[in-house]
Amino acid sequence: MHELSIATSIVEIAAGHVLEAGGGRVLAVIVRVGRLASVHEGALRSAFDVAIADTPLAGSELRVVAVPVRIFCRSCAGERELAGIGSLACPTCGTVSGDIRAGTELELESIELEPPDTSTIGAATTGPVEIATP
Amino acid sequence: MSDAASPLPRILEVRTKILKKNDEIARAMRGRFEAQGVVVVNIVSSPGTGKTAFLEETLARLHARGIPVAAVVGDLETDNDARRLARSGVPVRQIMTHGLCHLEAEMVQAHLDGWDLSGLHYLFIENVGNLVCPTSWDLGESVRLAMLSVTEGEDKPLKYPGLFNTADLVAITKIDLASACEFDRDLAVANLEVVRPGIRVLETSAKTGQGIDEWLMELDGRRLRGR
Repeated sequence: MHELSIATSIVEIAAGHVLEAGGGRVLAVIVRVGRLASVHEGALRSAFDVAIADTPLAGSELRVVAVPVRIFCRSCAGERELAGIGSLACPTCGTVSGDIRAGTELELESIELEPPDTSTIGAATTGPVEIATP
Repeated sequence: MSDAASPLPRILEVRTKILKKNDEIARAMRGRFEAQGVVVVNIVSSPGTGKTAFLEETLARLHARGIPVAAVVGDLETDNDARRLARSGVPVRQIMTHGLCHLEAEMVQAHLDGWDLSGLHYLFIENVGNLVCPTSWDLGESVRLAMLSVTEGEDKPLKYPGLFNTADLVAITKIDLASACEFDRDLAVANLEVVRPGIRVLETSAKTGQGIDEWLMELDGRRLRGR
């Protein structure tokens, strides 16, 4: 369950950015997970739900963008997307390539915050926030 | 209460590596290791591949040649492996992860605390037996050695491409049992080649000593080349 370590890191980094941006209710956290990163999306989701408890991210949703592997094929002189991860062979010509251009990433891409409520502009945003049940 | 056209959410662009903190610690450790001239080997495999036996043989031979080495070993529980490895006469420390399925840079750093690494030729880190979870955790190593035993089957690299893809070197272990297991060496190498093109593969047996000298020569070469 290394996904819990990853989820904890996501929460730490995201909470820092939310605080820096002046706070606000977090709607969603968007991460990019390469298919070669050895991370299971379901396990990461479960771990995220555990990791966000009692943090500024409580109640938020994790959106996982699965990134397929892309190699640079020298024979074809171009990038090729692979259907799976069991072989780095070019789907067009079959040449195996170790030149991986995408598919190993483990990145926190962005955070979605609730839009500012115009009726309370000027009010403190760091106080207790009511969490709406989904 | 809300408007029909609800306002769009505010987007904070982050674009940060999730394991940034681990990467930073690993980078700092790598810098220190390089400055001290220590080649650090992170050994990864599934449980039962023979990491400890391989390391026992490695440490014993290096120690016998008067080459200064040390090891840290990660396990969920027990210090059995550290005690086994310490019999070789080299300094060994055990990292007990208490359930965590992989080592992280911070744990290695904490266990190296107060240890004078200067003068060491090699530091071996035996990771927790697992072919999935250690993939993304850089431990500041110079060499990631992935292992595969003949008893596990030739298709291990295809089943765990993520980890094998991060390896710098592969050791096939228990090669003395190859014929009993009807192990197809060429197939295993071909499977490694499609997930990690150009990878160097060593065939070893800690029991008979086959391939261990070749492994030590490989290490020596890497040390001379500075990685």
